[in-house]
Amino acid sequence: MGKRSVIPYGPQHPVLPEPVHIDLVVEDERVVEAIPSIGFIHRGLESLVDRRDFNQMTYVAERTCGICSFQHGMGYCEAVEHIMGVEVPDRAKFLRTLWAETSRMHSHLLWLGLLADGFGFENLFYQCWRVREKVLDIQEMTAGGRLIFSVNKVGGVLKDVTDDQLKFILATMDEVEAELKVIKETFFEDYSVKSRLVGVGVLTAEQINALGAVGPFARASGVNVDMRKLGYAAYPHIDFEPITSNDGDCYARCYVRMMEVFQSIDIIRQVIAKMPAEKDLAVAVKGNPDGEYFMRVEQPRGEAFYYVKGNGTPNLERMRIRTPTFANIPGLCEMLKNTELADIGLLILTIDPCISCTER
Amino acid sequence: MAIMKFAPQALKNLFLKPVTTTYPAEPYVYPERSRGHIEISIDDCISCGMCVRACPCGTLSVDRAKGTWSIDRMDCIACGFCVEKCPKKCLTMVPGYQTPGGDKKTEVFQKSPEVMAAEEAKRKEAAEKAKAAAAAKAAAAAAAKAEGQETPAQ
Ligand code: SF4
Ligand code: SF4
Repeated sequence: MGKRSVIPYGPQHPVLPEPVHIDLVVEDERVVEAIPSIGFIHRGLESLVDRRDFNQMTYVAERTCGICSFQHGMGYCEAVEHIMGVEVPDRAKFLRTLWAETSRMHSHLLWLGLLADGFGFENLFYQCWRVREKVLDIQEMTAGGRLIFSVNKVGGVLKDVTDDQLKFILATMDEVEAELKVIKETFFEDYSVKSRLVGVGVLTAEQINALGAVGPFARASGVNVDMRKLGYAAYPHIDFEPITSNDGDCYARCYVRMMEVFQSIDIIRQVIAKMPAEKDLAVAVKGNPDGEYFMRVEQPRGEAFYYVKGNGTPNLERMRIRTPTFANIPGLCEMLKNTELADIGLLILTIDPCISCTER
Repeated sequence: MAIMKFAPQALKNLFLKPVTTTYPAEPYVYPERSRGHIEISIDDCISCGMCVRACPCGTLSVDRAKGTWSIDRMDCIACGFCVEKCPKKCLTMVPGYQTPGGDKKTEVFQKSPEVMAAEEAKRKEAAEKAKAAAAAKAAAAAAAKAEGQETPAQ
């Protein structure tokens, strides 16, 4: 047994901008234990409920995360809508699904780029981000913001997507699909990519279940969990099957996310084909929420959990957000055991950590 | 060999024009819906304060007596909730982000004197009307009372 020492990793480090801090107990070059600590960027968003009313909280919830902002807003609104017994118009549901999937696409493309950057393939990194830019353009054109949408409200959505815009989205989807096919080949078959990803950081389905991991991280180990199957927004009308892999290594995580981008393209096409023609976008909401509800939505990084409790006043009594990264940290620490120090950056990256939203 | 698949793409990139632009030398064309900043057509504002109560960030303030509407641009998150809530639809979200600055400044919009005068006149008129109405009501009530007193005497 070699001499043990502790290497503090983060909160600032070269791989990713997320301020994750982990104490790595190493023995020679091998990690034997990883101890996480979070709390560097706590913002206290949840406690704002006693100073902001439930409509204003939509905008606060949305700003929990800069990448899956739309799904945060949607999760919160759906929770409040359930409490108040509001039935959202169909078109609003389809629009929510559309925007949720563009968010997933750009988030996964961002991650694929960062992964390429993580193993030192700069060119591939630029390719991913160049494609991502097209998705961001769709978002800016339809919602007015590249990342923060601000189109959700309790009772529906605020903006419509015109027919011309839908056509533009379909055309962009074709372009993105063509370009992604080239990138996909490289990710899946390139020798140098494989040598960094295959067989690294393996977690079995039992470990994933025991540690409660969610999202693509869990699906890459063969655990078929996808909250979209619960049927919120317009997902009951959409035909899709969650993508899983059985390998549980970094390569499988890359595979799952890459295939999910293609799946999102497919879902967006279905949404546009089935988009209801009615022009109602929102229903008027009267009164204040009284009651509680648990809402689960599938974000790009996995299951996000919203607990909302209202007491009949404009201010909610409690709002609790559990973000996917929070659920994935125990899995991450397990995965880091017995790995080489040089792989740590890449391994942390493969859970797609979003520490800012974890600490809210 | 996957490297062969990526090579054409990499070569192609050498001859494509850059994806990035040299902003600000080459100005960016914002889409129509872009949420840049809030503008107000101040003369339509009725100083009701709905926007102030709606704003999640507390960036707005309204002074009815002075006829001003002010915004802390740095604090605004461009959510557009005030635009949605304004009953007179005098607020608009327009493209074009705020230029960054070194310090926080409050931007104050002042209603034009004519509008202020017109509002003042209207308020006076309304007050007079209310007074007249109150007087009429009182008179009617007095008359009814008198009548009421007369009736049982019969
Ligand atoms: S856009 Fe949002 S943050 Fe800005 S002033 Fe209006 S309500 Fe406040
Ligand atoms: S809500 Fe509109 S009318 Fe009322 S104070 Fe604000 S800007 Fe003026």
